Amino acid sequence: MRSRSSISPGWTLLLVTTLLVCIVAAPTFGQMPDDGVITFEDTVQVMVAAPTSLIATDHKYDDGEKIDLQWVPSIDDLPGIGTVVGYRIYRQDDGGVAEVIANLPAKANHYRDENTELGHTYIYSVAALTDGAEFMSNLTESISPEREWIDFSKRYLFLIALLVGGAVIYFIEIARRGKKLFVRKIAGLEAVDDAVGRATEMGRPILFIPGIQDMDDVQTLAGLTILGRISKTIADYDTEIFMPVSRSLVMTAGREIIKSSYQTAGRPEKYSDNMVTYITDEQFGYVAAVDGIMVREKPATVFLLGAFFAESLILAETGNYIGAIQIAGTARPAQLPFFIAACDFTLIGEELFAASAYLSEDPKALGSLKGQDVGKAVAMVIIVVGVLAATMGQAWDISSMNSLVDILKTIFSTS
Amino acid sequence: MKRQIPLFITFFVGTLLIFSVFIPPMETLGENFTLFFDIIAVFAFFLGAGNLVRVHVSKLRKRKADWGFSIVTLIGFGFMLFVGLLKIGNPGGIAADVTAPGSWFQEMFNYVINPLQSTMYALLAFFVASASYRAFRAKNREATILLMAAFVILLGRTPLGMMLTAWIPDSLSIFQIPNMAVWIMNSFNLAGQRAILIGISLGVVAMSLRLILGVERTYLGGDDSG
Repeated sequence: MRSRSSISPGWTLLLVTTLLVCIVAAPTFGQMPDDGVITFEDTVQVMVAAPTSLIATDHKYDDGEKIDLQWVPSIDDLPGIGTVVGYRIYRQDDGGVAEVIANLPAKANHYRDENTELGHTYIYSVAALTDGAEFMSNLTESISPEREWIDFSKRYLFLIALLVGGAVIYFIEIARRGKKLFVRKIAGLEAVDDAVGRATEMGRPILFIPGIQDMDDVQTLAGLTILGRISKTIADYDTEIFMPVSRSLVMTAGREIIKSSYQTAGRPEKYSDNMVTYITDEQFGYVAAVDGIMVREKPATVFLLGAFFAESLILAETGNYIGAIQIAGTARPAQLPFFIAACDFTLIGEELFAASAYLSEDPKALGSLKGQDVGKAVAMVIIVVGVLAATMGQAWDISSMNSLVDILKTIFSTS
Repeated sequence: MKRQIPLFITFFVGTLLIFSVFIPPMETLGENFTLFFDIIAVFAFFLGAGNLVRVHVSKLRKRKADWGFSIVTLIGFGFMLFVGLLKIGNPGGIAADVTAPGSWFQEMFNYVINPLQSTMYALLAFFVASASYRAFRAKNREATILLMAAFVILLGRTPLGMMLTAWIPDSLSIFQIPNMAVWIMNSFNLAGQRAILIGISLGVVAMSLRLILGVERTYLGGDDSG
């Protein structure tokens, strides 16, 4: 049975070759040519120190597919001198031949091997590269990656998720038992009935735009849940709705939602698949088509609820130009100013997610909003404590305050 | 049953994905589910494409307003489908990547779709101007403050801002317009953005829990009772 610390023929060959190159090169290094003029071209090879103190450690909290390497770079790897052009990582897998797994630039002092396998044993070496040679570091001890079943580095995230999730579930349960919960008024949602009524009175259609993302985006889901509430009102008022979409799955989901709203309202015959049509997945192709629809059909009301990107202002300004009442909402902070500037009402961030619960007036859904508020209250307290501690710690050099800041950073850091 | 099965799948997959964040052997589960979603979305695309053709053929047949545009749409759709499926002009032949340089499909993308998209994107500049004009009218106190902040940032990001206040000594450099612009962006703007982001994150958590627990079920279609 092979000893784990033995050096394989592959490594031996590599080391002997390097040694031979050094022996052959050393006498010629710096020799003068026959004409007595020193030229660098006569130098066969530049000698540099090899990297040192190479260690390999198992990467913590992974599935056994990562090993971390760390070393001290060659002392000749100095700024401006440039004799070391980079580093080459060698890996020997289960006593096999050493293979190159990565080439790194000069100054590198660490590497993460993300292609290891459970049950395999690895030995690593790092070579400092010059223009013509390699200078090998020590070999690491043989190491096998290990699998961890629980990622304890995310323990604080788990506790925060437990707190917020627990608060949401707790308030849903409280609401289920019949306790009345206060939820502040959201102007944009209060205006939904008026907006639908306006379209009914004017005899013009309502345009619903669910953003340009697919069903795997929670903003699209939020937009569609609001569509469920709005389309019931639309069906009750017997108004026309049109929903151009940029994703096929959103089209099928949108059709199901509107169809069921018309059925609930007792007007199934009024529903048509043409109310929801697929345009294109291309962002600006979709915008061009929707702008065209707006200008031709002149809807009285436009809902822009979902995930929007650069097209947000183009759509909202066109809606503004045709004089439609516009209710917009997105969870992308970069697009919010555009909606605020161009639309009558804007659901800012969390209001988009709260909208369906708010419109449904379902106590259980409203309970979840209260749970969300607990999360916000905790965040506010932590921010105030953190700001005060950081300010006092910096201003008066109070070590306990600085420690508190460090603890908060550890708990809430996402990196 | 039609509603119970989707609700169970949502609960099971949602719970599994939450726990996968904390269990390293399951950490790639999210990516795998994304792949499943992509596969489903590809099949759903046939529905979308079918709908597109049906709508425009119907528009043509009934000679609805602007039916001429439907001809362009159908020809464009059919042509791209044809050159993409048969890989016309593709240097690597039928086995090569559909977007290989030189293929008709890629050429159409480079010389037709890209310029058209850029044209639409360019419209944004004009829309920003008209929206800014409305947003920055000093109608009340808040709008006036907004106008002043916008003016400082606009000046601060141009050479003119630096030229106008270059004479201010270094000890009072905070009053140089570019520094004021940075201060507004890094203090007020960033604080506001982070507040919104915290709200959004909590909103996503609450929304996700409503979906996982089956409290929110409108997205499935049908009434939401129960």
